[in-house]
Order: sequence, then structure tokens, then C-alpha cells
Amino acid sequence: MSNVATTAPAPAAPPPVEKLKIKVDGREIEVPKLMPDWQGRLQPTTMLQACQIAGAEVPHYCYHPKLPVAGNCRMCLVEFGTPMMGPDRKPVLNPDGTPKIAKSVLPYEPGTPRGAIACATPISPGMEIYPGSAATQQMREAVLESLLINHPLDCPICDQAGECKLQEYSVEHGQANSRFVETKVHKPKAVDLGPRIVLDDERCILCTRCIRFSRDIAGDDALGIVNRGSYNTIAAWKEGAFDNNYTLNTVDLCPVGALTSRDFRFKMRVWFLKETRSVCTSCSTGCNITIGSREDVIHRYEPRDNDAVNAAWMCDAGRLNYKWVGRPDRLKEVRRRNADGTSDRIPWETAIREITARLSNAVSGSVAVVASARQTTEELHLLKKLANRFGAITDSVPRTGEADRLLVSADRNPNSNGARLTGIAYTEMGIRLPEIAEGIRSGSIRTLVVFGEDVTQHGIGADLLARLETLVVSDILPNPTTAAAHYLLPGCAHAEKRGTYINGKGRLQRFLKAVEPHGDARPEWEFLRELVTAVTAQAVPATLEGLFNEMSDGIPAFGGVRWAGIGDLGVNVTI
Amino acid sequence: MTKVVERKPLSLLERTYLPSIVGGLQVTWKHFAKSVLKGKPLTMEYPEEKWVVPEGYRGAPYLVKDQEGDTKCVSCQLCEFICPPKAIRITPPGPDGAPADRANAEKMPKEFEINMLRCIFCGLCQEVCPEEAIFLQRDYSLTGTSREAMVYNKQRLLELGGIHGGIQKWKHKLEEAREQEAFPVREA
Repeated sequence: MSNVATTAPAPAAPPPVEKLKIKVDGREIEVPKLMPDWQGRLQPTTMLQACQIAGAEVPHYCYHPKLPVAGNCRMCLVEFGTPMMGPDRKPVLNPDGTPKIAKSVLPYEPGTPRGAIACATPISPGMEIYPGSAATQQMREAVLESLLINHPLDCPICDQAGECKLQEYSVEHGQANSRFVETKVHKPKAVDLGPRIVLDDERCILCTRCIRFSRDIAGDDALGIVNRGSYNTIAAWKEGAFDNNYTLNTVDLCPVGALTSRDFRFKMRVWFLKETRSVCTSCSTGCNITIGSREDVIHRYEPRDNDAVNAAWMCDAGRLNYKWVGRPDRLKEVRRRNADGTSDRIPWETAIREITARLSNAVSGSVAVVASARQTTEELHLLKKLANRFGAITDSVPRTGEADRLLVSADRNPNSNGARLTGIAYTEMGIRLPEIAEGIRSGSIRTLVVFGEDVTQHGIGADLLARLETLVVSDILPNPTTAAAHYLLPGCAHAEKRGTYINGKGRLQRFLKAVEPHGDARPEWEFLRELVTAVTAQAVPATLEGLFNEMSDGIPAFGGVRWAGIGDLGVNVTI
Repeated sequence: MTKVVERKPLSLLERTYLPSIVGGLQVTWKHFAKSVLKGKPLTMEYPEEKWVVPEGYRGAPYLVKDQEGDTKCVSCQLCEFICPPKAIRITPPGPDGAPADRANAEKMPKEFEINMLRCIFCGLCQEVCPEEAIFLQRDYSLTGTSREAMVYNKQRLLELGGIHGGIQKWKHKLEEAREQEAFPVREA
């Protein structure tokens, strides 16, 4: 099959990987000689990468797989040894024939082990690394003690508490008591670093992750270290000048509580947050996210690692685009508008029954469907089924903005390709909207089904909507189109349901439900399924998994992928 | 390991149960004589007469203020987390919340509620509190006319809790920082 969906682009016969034999805590393992660095270029494998392959934890602060290596926190110090060489440049052997290992020691003090930072030291053949040795443990203790000298120990008011590496490593590798009796150096607190970032300099351990991210990933060299010695502080070149669209990633990167999000500051302790795997809907990049919610309130979005989509980052605009989900004016009731302009709240069963009755009487060709490329692929598939029953014109609404060089796409719909693949929209999205408007004006279109869009903004004004016999609208927030609806069906935000999106590059990704819908609102695919079953008298799978699998069977581009096969990172489909 | 306890057969006298009945009545009459005849009651005329609880008694948990009358709680929500019956509910201040009473503490709860109907007076909140801001005090008889009335809010908890001084670490940090602001201050 030519269009088999895969989890990664199929590599063309990988070249044989050169491997080295080393020992980690006495266990012999083989590791590749070269491994990808932060930019994906092959570089000599470091001791830290080798230990990770061996499954031995090496604590670290400044090292991050997606950032250049700085090697300044010293937390990843490990004791190691290399095969001893004789004067003839041949390995010296033990009596039992194994190579003799010379442990790295201080040159002037041969009894004292000399550690090396695992993040920046390449491995060599026959090397032995001891991440579990007593000497390594002692080095970690000493480094932590040094890092905590000026730390304010204000965990009760620190937003990072609960996901703080300083807390975790202190418990695991640190000392129980502080020996420091002098006065701690106090640094600026609640510094206004930028519009979305608040900095607490006292908590900073100067790992420079934020500096490296801003300089090397975001391309905005706004941060640096000022002052000397114990007075070292992170600062923006001008107060409040750290304002690019990726600043909040530094909050995730910060291993301690120095950089805090102004939006999330003092909002909720992280251990209460339920984490749900989801996808950002702000543009067609489809960054993988984790939704942090507690008791049906969304508190934050965080990027989730996916090298095929967003690496480990997301933009600030997308990250903060969650507040509308909890807006108090969300549509919560199923409503039917009467002839005199008043409207009643009706139960779902009544609404589905009456809409079915109205649609059943509709003449073929007199129905149009305006869907939204913000809907899930499953919902669009169901709408297409509905449209096929009446030979209806379908389309969705384009939404564009400015792209940037990192993550933001010009196409601001999360599921444009889903709309195209299901047959709802055409390559040029919105091309048939004028046709629909003309059809309503001429009276050939008597029934309009609108999902998730305000068509009055797109050429089908309130005057045209008033001419319709039946206007069925489903949306999340009120707008002029929902006000004109004969039947108003409250829908769900993506965080309130499950489904899939296909991003701009053809990555099919699924997202899960984080919070409960508001009021009577139900996931669109649920009531669409009821409607399609009633109107077409065909059996439609009753579960989302079944629905997805049915859709996948009908669209060759999907290559027969199953719901279970999408996984957390998604699969590529042909677009 | 099982240990078999040998059960001795009762003697004839014991099987009449009379010695036990007489023994029991002796205790009863002793207390009758003490309380009724000699006028030394063993019971208490509650609620006219209140029981004074001993030191260390675990009564209702209340929030306390420091010696300067400022809220000590910094809304770390550890008590909410540890509370076994989920009686505590804290609303954190959020990014736009009012500043804390104490200058350097940065944070204090916007709302702090304890549902006294759910509270089991276990004392874990007091034990876990890093700020010494909540204490189980001596109130043991809590009444209200509705369920809502038994949910004590922050203001009520602070009023009932009273003052409990302490080391005032945030204040000391602030003083230290102010001294360093004037660096170098001390000349020999």
C-alpha cells in the first residue's frame, strides 16, 4: 500500500550505527558512538545520554535535550574511569585479563575522585561511569548544598512547588540540614520581566536554560545574567522587554520557581491539576498540549513533547487561549425559536425528533451545510453523511493570520485538512459560501445547517438567515447566527470531548476530554450521530472509536488507521 | 501461632451466678452512695456547666493571625491536600488577587473554608502547615441551623482562631533584604 499511515517518515535504509561498549555502574552496555544533539545533528554521545540508555538516572538542571549544552549547574557530575594505557599505548590488563580502569582523580590528590559533568563529556571506548557510586552521591550533595546557599526556601508560596527539580533532587540527593549560618543574599522579587513573565531572582539557580531558549530557539536574545558572584541575576535587557510570542516556554524550562507565568501565578497548586493529553486549537500546527484542570476548571495549557509537531514548545497565544472555555455566557440550553420570536428550552430528544421531521421533508438540493474547520474530523464526517443524504452544498470558513518561523501557522483553523479530507470543504476553503448565500437569496436553499461558525461574518447576513425555512445552529458561544437559529444545539469545546484533528502537515492527532460540558451541552458527534441515524435510517457506530474506524475505512488517505493506532503522538496521513 | 486457652469448668457456686450479681451490685451501690448520699455527682450538668478540655485536645481547626494581627496562611493548600475527609477548600488569590497582609509573604488565600460537618478533627492540617497558621483549638461543640452555616469561611475562622505569634520569617527576610539594599551600609 502506498499510503500506509506511519508514526514517522519512513527512513531510507538507515546506515549501520557505530557502537561503543562502555560500563555503567558495572553493567556493560552498547551505545551508539554518535547521537543527535539539540538540533538533531550527530555528535559524540555524552555520558548523560549513555546513562539514560542504561536506565541510570543522572540528575541535571541546565541540560535540556532541546537546548545547547551549557554545563554550568554541575548537578550531573559523575565519577568515571577510562582504560589505563601503558607507555606502549596498549591497555594495561588486570591479572584476570580484563582491562585495568584508571578512575579519574584529582591530579594533586590521587585519593580524591574527580567527577566530570555527564552532559558535556563524550564517552570513549571501554569507559566506566559510576552514577550510583558513593563519590558521585557526595558530589551531588555538595552541588545541591551550594545551589541552596542563597535559595529562599519559600516553597509554600512558590508556584513551582510540586514540579520543582530543586525540591525533588533535594529530597533524593540532598542533605537534610543546612550548614549555612550566614545571612543569605537577597535578590529582587516579582520582577516584571515581560508582559507574561514574573521573575523571582532569589529562587534562580542560574542554569541559563531561559537565556539559551530565548537566544537559540525563539531568536530573541532578550535575557542575560547581570552582576557578579553571589549577586548574579537573570535580567531582560530592559525591564519588561521579554515579550516575544514564546516567553512562557521559559516557565516550563525553568527547573525551579524563578520564572513564573503571570497568568498561572498563585492560581492553583500543581498537584491538584488533572493532566489530560490534548491538542492546541489556535492554528493548524496542532501543538501537542497537556491540559491542567481541576474540578472542571481549566487552569493551564502546557506543551507536550512531540518531535514530529512542536518539539517541546508552544506559542504564548495558543497557551493562553483557553479562557473562553469557562466563559459564563457559554450556550447551555437546547432552544427552539417560535414564530413570534420567543424561544423555548426543549429536551434533546424533542429537538432531534423535530429536526429530523423537518429535514425529512426537505427537497434534495434545498439544504446547505456550513461546518467549521474547528470541529473534529469525526463530526465533519457525520455532517458530510448528513449532507450526502440531501445532496447539500457544504463548505467551511477560512481563518488566516500571520505565520512565524517557529510554530505559528498562517492557517488558524486546527482541522482544515480534516474538513478537506472528509469532503466538507475544498482546497480553497470558503469558495462555495457565496453560492450558498445566492441560493438562500434566490430561494433554492430553504434549510441551512451551521456548525461552530458565525455565518453573518461570512457573507450570509441576518437578512438572508431570516428567509430560511429551517436554520439549525450548533455553537459554543452566542453570536448573531445563534440568535437567528430555529434550533440551537449547544456544543462542546475541544477540552470537553474527544476527537481528532489533522494538522497543516497532515498529522492526524487525537485529543481527550479534560472537563465536563456546560449545562445541556453535549459533544457534537453524539447528537450528530443521533440525527444522522434518524435522517438516513442507517446504523452509525455509537462510540467515538467505532465512528473513527468507520471514517478511516471510508477515506483512503487515512490508510486504514484505527483509533487505537493513533497513539499519543499521532500518525501521518496523506493530504 | 495459635495458643489454646484452657477454659476451666465453673464450680456449682459460680454456676448460680450469685457471686457475680452481688459483686456487680456492690459497685452500683458504692457509686449510689457516693453520688446521691454524699452529694458528689459523677456527671456534669451540660450545657450549663461546660467541660474544660485538657491541653492538647483536638477541637475545631481555626486559622490564626500573627502578633501583628496579619493573616499567617499563605494559601499553600497543603492542608487542603492532606485533609482526609476533604473538609478544607481554599480559593487561591490568583494573579490579580489582593496582596498578602504581610509585605513579603506575597500570597494569602482569597477564601478559606472548612466544612465542620466533614472535619474529623484529626489534626493533619495543623501538622502539615508550614506557616503555623492553622491550629486545632478547644472548641468541641459546634452547632448551626443549616449545612451552609457549618461551612466556616476565612473571616470567621480568623475571628475564632485568635492570635498565635511566631518567628515571623517573612518579616525577617524582608528586613534582611532591606539591609542589603543599603549595601555597603556598615562602615567600621
